[in-house]
Amino acid sequence: MSIWEYANPKRFMQTSSLLLPWVTGAAVVCLVVGLVWGAFFTPEADKFGSTVKIIYLHVPAAMMAISAWMMMLVTSLIWLVRRHHVSALSAKAAAPIGLTFTLIGLVTGAIWGQPMWGTWWAWDPRLTSFLILALFYLGYIALWEAVEDRDTAADLTSVLCIVGSVFAFLSRYAVLFWNQGLHQGASLSLDQKEHVADVYSSPLYVCIAGFVLLFVTLVLLRTRTEIRARRLSALLTRERLA
Amino acid sequence: MMGLGKYAEAVIGSYAASVALIVALVALSIWKGARVKKALTEVEARQGKTNV
Repeated sequence: MSIWEYANPKRFMQTSSLLLPWVTGAAVVCLVVGLVWGAFFTPEADKFGSTVKIIYLHVPAAMMAISAWMMMLVTSLIWLVRRHHVSALSAKAAAPIGLTFTLIGLVTGAIWGQPMWGTWWAWDPRLTSFLILALFYLGYIALWEAVEDRDTAADLTSVLCIVGSVFAFLSRYAVLFWNQGLHQGASLSLDQKEHVADVYSSPLYVCIAGFVLLFVTLVLLRTRTEIRARRLSALLTRERLA
Repeated sequence: MMGLGKYAEAVIGSYAASVALIVALVALSIWKGARVKKALTEVEARQGKTNV
């Protein structure tokens, strides 16, 4: 069986309806367990005090903000190369989710930064590239809405997605490129000096799994809606022409 | 939450803002999904097509 069979809208609808309840349940369990564990059952950190508990929202949201754009990049490339509508629609479906995760990353980062750095915002390389990523998400969503022809919209947004990928990469690796700024390095790293202590990392992994599963749940749900909206539009057009 | 000390506002604010954003996203996704599904069902019934 080829993976491209799932590019068939009917096949996608069948498979996603089977997967959705399981993925949704797993997302709820992981998010509740991870956040309760992190918020209530982890100690204060020497350097950060109780603000360390913000890590359980900030890190998974930031990771998924970048990963969502990467997923959009892959599905946009599939659209440009193979012209599968489901791939273009899944990229469209993922954008508001990615934007929400980006906003969570920015808001929690600002709230965390204020007591730690003494400022809500700094034009730090990682923060700035992350803000630009948020603007790219807004532009991407606006472009889909602005272009009436859906295939043209998919083409244009795919190109925008390729361009925006630079900032998605920069958001992740800016700290390595420019050795400056307030933001610390990766919280989860093979370098033991940077890696957070096990007492914090275990609930963090559960929260990351929860955010990944929440993303998958919402992408499936929203892609199903986009497929239905596309069919609705086609039927209404046919009705008008008849 | 227990023992948040002087950073209680920052921690609670972060959790409240994040939960509000996630709940809004989930609610909008479900609402839009239900609205489109209902509209499609009506048009398909009118045209005698099979539901997707």
